[in-house]
Amino acid sequence: MDWLFLAEVLLAGLGAGSLYALAGVAFVLIYKATRVINLAIGEILMLGGYVFFGAAAAWHLPAWIALPVAIVAGALVGAVVERLLIRPMLGESPISVFMVTIGLGSILAGAVQVIWGADPLRLPEFMPNTPIFIGDAYLAPKVAYGFVAAMLIIVAFALALRFTRSGVALQATAADQGAAYSVGINVSRVFSLSWIVACAIAAGAGVLVGAIGGISPTMGIFGLSVLVVVIVGGLDSMLGALVGGLLIGIVEAFSGTFLGGEYKFLITFSVLIVVLMLRPYGLFGRHEIERL
Amino acid sequence: MTGAATDVALSVEGVSLSFGGVKALTDVSFAVRKGLITAVIGPNGAGKTSLFNTISGFYRPQSGDIAFEGRSLSGSAPPERAKLGLARTFQNIALFRGMTVLDNIKLGRHAHMRTGLLDALVYHGRARREEIALRAEIEERVIDFLEIQHIRNAPVATLPYGLRKRVELARALAMRPRLLLLDEPVAGMNREETEDMARFILDVKEEWGVTILMVEHDMGMVMDISDHVVVLNFGQVIAEGAPAEVQMNPAVIAAYLGAGELGRRLRSPEAA
Repeated sequence: MDWLFLAEVLLAGLGAGSLYALAGVAFVLIYKATRVINLAIGEILMLGGYVFFGAAAAWHLPAWIALPVAIVAGALVGAVVERLLIRPMLGESPISVFMVTIGLGSILAGAVQVIWGADPLRLPEFMPNTPIFIGDAYLAPKVAYGFVAAMLIIVAFALALRFTRSGVALQATAADQGAAYSVGINVSRVFSLSWIVACAIAAGAGVLVGAIGGISPTMGIFGLSVLVVVIVGGLDSMLGALVGGLLIGIVEAFSGTFLGGEYKFLITFSVLIVVLMLRPYGLFGRHEIERL
Repeated sequence: MTGAATDVALSVEGVSLSFGGVKALTDVSFAVRKGLITAVIGPNGAGKTSLFNTISGFYRPQSGDIAFEGRSLSGSAPPERAKLGLARTFQNIALFRGMTVLDNIKLGRHAHMRTGLLDALVYHGRARREEIALRAEIEERVIDFLEIQHIRNAPVATLPYGLRKRVELARALAMRPRLLLLDEPVAGMNREETEDMARFILDVKEEWGVTILMVEHDMGMVMDISDHVVVLNFGQVIAEGAPAEVQMNPAVIAAYLGAGELGRRLRSPEAA
């Protein structure tokens, strides 16, 4: 066995996993604040990638403008979706809301196909191309920059959650909505804020994912791996999204390398089943006990 | 009218609330006078918690109006009512799990803090000063007052029931309320805890001058500390008055306590 090769697979897995973690954080944010399982998260990622493509390739904007454009587009989609599709569903059964997000995913995938066509596209290069070596192990530069960006966003986000007023309001809402209301927290504002921030993060993640693997209307499949990540980590745990993301990234890299790409999902879903058998609420999920 | 209205903190006028075909409240009217403790009593299912949820804005009544210090509350959401000075506690303790006692109490000031996220970045100094002042105020006034210094950095999930109730009261007090709504403040407490809580409630009234409206099942405690008692049964007010009057009211004894053993016990002096 070649240790250098193993190290390279591990690094590639961490790189992919960091993007899973980033998308997972977006998913968990919405779930934590609003208890909505957002299955359209993969499609919002995809939309971010396409908006970046549209801005950078079609309008010839430089990457440092196209990236914020994609993120702002994600935020806008988050705001509109929360206001028009999710808020009217308040108080409906979780399955209905869940179905709405599936529908939203299909609409986004269809819209992207109508506008940009069904063929896979490559994003214009915007990251430095110099090969990166960690020790002797080679790491694709895009993967490395993607990892660094994802980790920076996650850390910044975790700090904001802990130290800003809105972050504290969000935590309070997640812990107890009734109590949050009664101490004067505007819970509906927290709901829209969580959708806006989560969709902005997802759109940004989409640009990173697209930069590495290209974009296509079927990119929403990425959301399936994100779902595995957050279930493994625990639906309401930010730490779970981070650890689960890196773990699934590594598992996928190793199974893809040694068994072949077609076994990737077989292995990750097996991991999911094992984790659920041992810890039904995920690695870091909280088992809610209601006192009646 | 104006003479009477000035000492009324909260007036409930003709409030009716139903869920589908179930009438929770029917034409409920009463007034909560400033600076006094008003208790709402009634058997289970009488509509006490529905009334509380209507006053704090969680439910919208189909008819009637609730006014706080002469100003109608209809149409304002719970956060706005919190800003006006209404604070409440919950029957099944609603604390923010995963946070410490101090964080929970500080969240009571959330609605009143002036600095937002952007301010915190731009005017770092002001946000800091506000945070320090807030901490001092909470430490001195609320935490010392409720005698919970020893647990202030403990996560709320680890606390025993009686202390959690006290932390919830502390959070409500941190809101600097003008009207405090207590939903069963001593439910599930033992004798000693009940006496402590009753003492705190009286102190809140006397030292802080806060008007209190509470729902409570513990008759001894209600009769001891209330100035005014409102009796609900099947969503309607069947009697109100001073504790002694209500205690002797035959309609209350018959409809609420039953004409048998309980009624006699309540009338006997050692119950109070």
